[in-house]
Amino acid sequence: MSVAPGAADVAPGAADAAPEVLRLEGVVAGYGGRPVLHGIDLGVAAGEVVGLIGPNGAGKSTLVGVASGVVALVAGRVWVDGTPLARLGRRALAQRVAVVPQAAALPDGFLVAEVVGMGRTPHLGPWRGPGPVDEAEVDRAMRATGVAALADRPVERLSGGERQRVVVARALAQRPRVMLLDEATSHLDLRYQAEVAQIARAAAAGGVGVLFVAHDLNLAVRACDRLVLMTEGRVVAEGPPARVLACERLSRAYQTEVEVFETARGPLVVPRV
Amino acid sequence: MLASSVAFVALVVVAAGVGSVAIAPTEVAAAVVRGAWGTVVGETVPTDGATRVVDTIVWHIRLPRIALAALVGAALALAGAGFQGVFRNPLADPYLLGAASGAGFAAALAMVGGGTFAWLAGAGVPLAAFLGAAATVTVVVALARRGWSLPIVPLVLAGVVVGSCLAAGTSFVLLAAREQATGVLTWLLGSLAFASWGRVGTLAPAVLVSAAVLLAAARSLDVLQLGERAAAQLGLPVEGLKLAVVAAGTLATAAAVSVAGVIGFVGLVVPHAVRLALGPDHRRLVPVAAVWGAGFMVLADLVARTVIAPAELPVGVVTALVGAPFFLALLRRRVVT
Repeated sequence: MSVAPGAADVAPGAADAAPEVLRLEGVVAGYGGRPVLHGIDLGVAAGEVVGLIGPNGAGKSTLVGVASGVVALVAGRVWVDGTPLARLGRRALAQRVAVVPQAAALPDGFLVAEVVGMGRTPHLGPWRGPGPVDEAEVDRAMRATGVAALADRPVERLSGGERQRVVVARALAQRPRVMLLDEATSHLDLRYQAEVAQIARAAAAGGVGVLFVAHDLNLAVRACDRLVLMTEGRVVAEGPPARVLACERLSRAYQTEVEVFETARGPLVVPRV
Repeated sequence: MLASSVAFVALVVVAAGVGSVAIAPTEVAAAVVRGAWGTVVGETVPTDGATRVVDTIVWHIRLPRIALAALVGAALALAGAGFQGVFRNPLADPYLLGAASGAGFAAALAMVGGGTFAWLAGAGVPLAAFLGAAATVTVVVALARRGWSLPIVPLVLAGVVVGSCLAAGTSFVLLAAREQATGVLTWLLGSLAFASWGRVGTLAPAVLVSAAVLLAAARSLDVLQLGERAAAQLGLPVEGLKLAVVAAGTLATAAAVSVAGVIGFVGLVVPHAVRLALGPDHRRLVPVAAVWGAGFMVLADLVARTVIAPAELPVGVVTALVGAPFFLALLRRRVVT
């Protein structure tokens, strides 16, 4: 393409060392004309894990919906991998952005390999079935998440933790530039929380930008390069985990008293009960 | 799929041999070859008198009926598989969106005919039924749509409500024209007694188009089982998919109902049976359901025309009598395992 892009098409911060794969500017969005997000600015660079934290109802899931194209913008702009979101069709967007929801519905009877294979959907046409490239991607995704041994097992015979790894594998099989983990660890035990976080880190090491929506602040501290704290549809703090997780700020954001303990591996946050 | 197809062909040959005159499978096969030759080439194969009788029975009486039964069964099973997939609901059947009530109401008006509805009667019962079914589903979709999206729960509710309105209308027509009520009721229960190659020819294209759309949508229907939001996040044009499947299923249903009346249970039971036997993958489910649906209807019609011969049972009664216990058995097995 020799056409010079207009000023509005260039994502801010695009000249940085690690290119931003997701950029939100002044995003206002919500459901049925009632905004949940009131002007969000947020960026995720390639290779970075950004933790998105905040109380219930802060708008974290709505933000994931905006970035994945299922919640419409009222105002503001979004760039994905340098391209304005409005210019990407649903399929083109799904080739760049993958979502791991909290407790994904997995239909009974389908095998693990089939469900992971559904991650290739945006790369297939209506008449073009999966080819060797798709099979290799599915294989890679299953090995990266440790579910390769379960490939031929029906999904209803998996434990909760195994199911979530399958959903993560499906997202990896999309070969996204951006991965949105929407409270993907909230219902998992410690082992699977750690595994999903490690897989997210590995994906980031491979150049993916990861937005990690987390309720567990202590996991977020240890898994993320940067934290973004949201309340009531606005970003109230952003930066290195140790800076964002200040006692007073958290108490205000979550409207309950919290205690923050410094440890060798970063702050440890607990509510005061 | 191959095994199902072979079994289906065998079933057709046997079914064509059963009736008031019993004909051996080899003779059936020979008669089919001669009949097809005569139709395609345009000249009859010279035979003796007895063989000519066999040819007439097989080619002109039994085969059109078997072919129609097979197409109706395939159409209903396809529609059922499509609707169950798109509504992600195991209780969905081809009549969920009011196709049966719409067809029944229009057919009743056409049969009672006269006065205001003379034009409907003039169009013939099959055309009236087809238009009634298609118009009803169109109204239901129009009532349920929100802009360009088609939310499932309002769609099903609209289908149920519009369907009951039209069923009430049919009851009123039946009461108002009592002397014709038996004819209308017989049609409503479904029958293949008026089969002809002509009707086979009108139904076949609708079934083929519907099957092609559903096969093309099969992979997308699999992905849709993850939920609409997840499917959209995988790049699927969810609303277009829903509309295409509803349209294809309605085409097949309306066409089947127009030639054979309202035949129940095939569209509900057959996709379930296939799913239990072969799993939920729509790329297998859609074609195999079509073959099993065809076979089930051929068998049901065979029962309908032989158990109380020379009289006939309405084939819809047979499918319900066979289908209901079969469905309950499936359900219980599912609960136990």
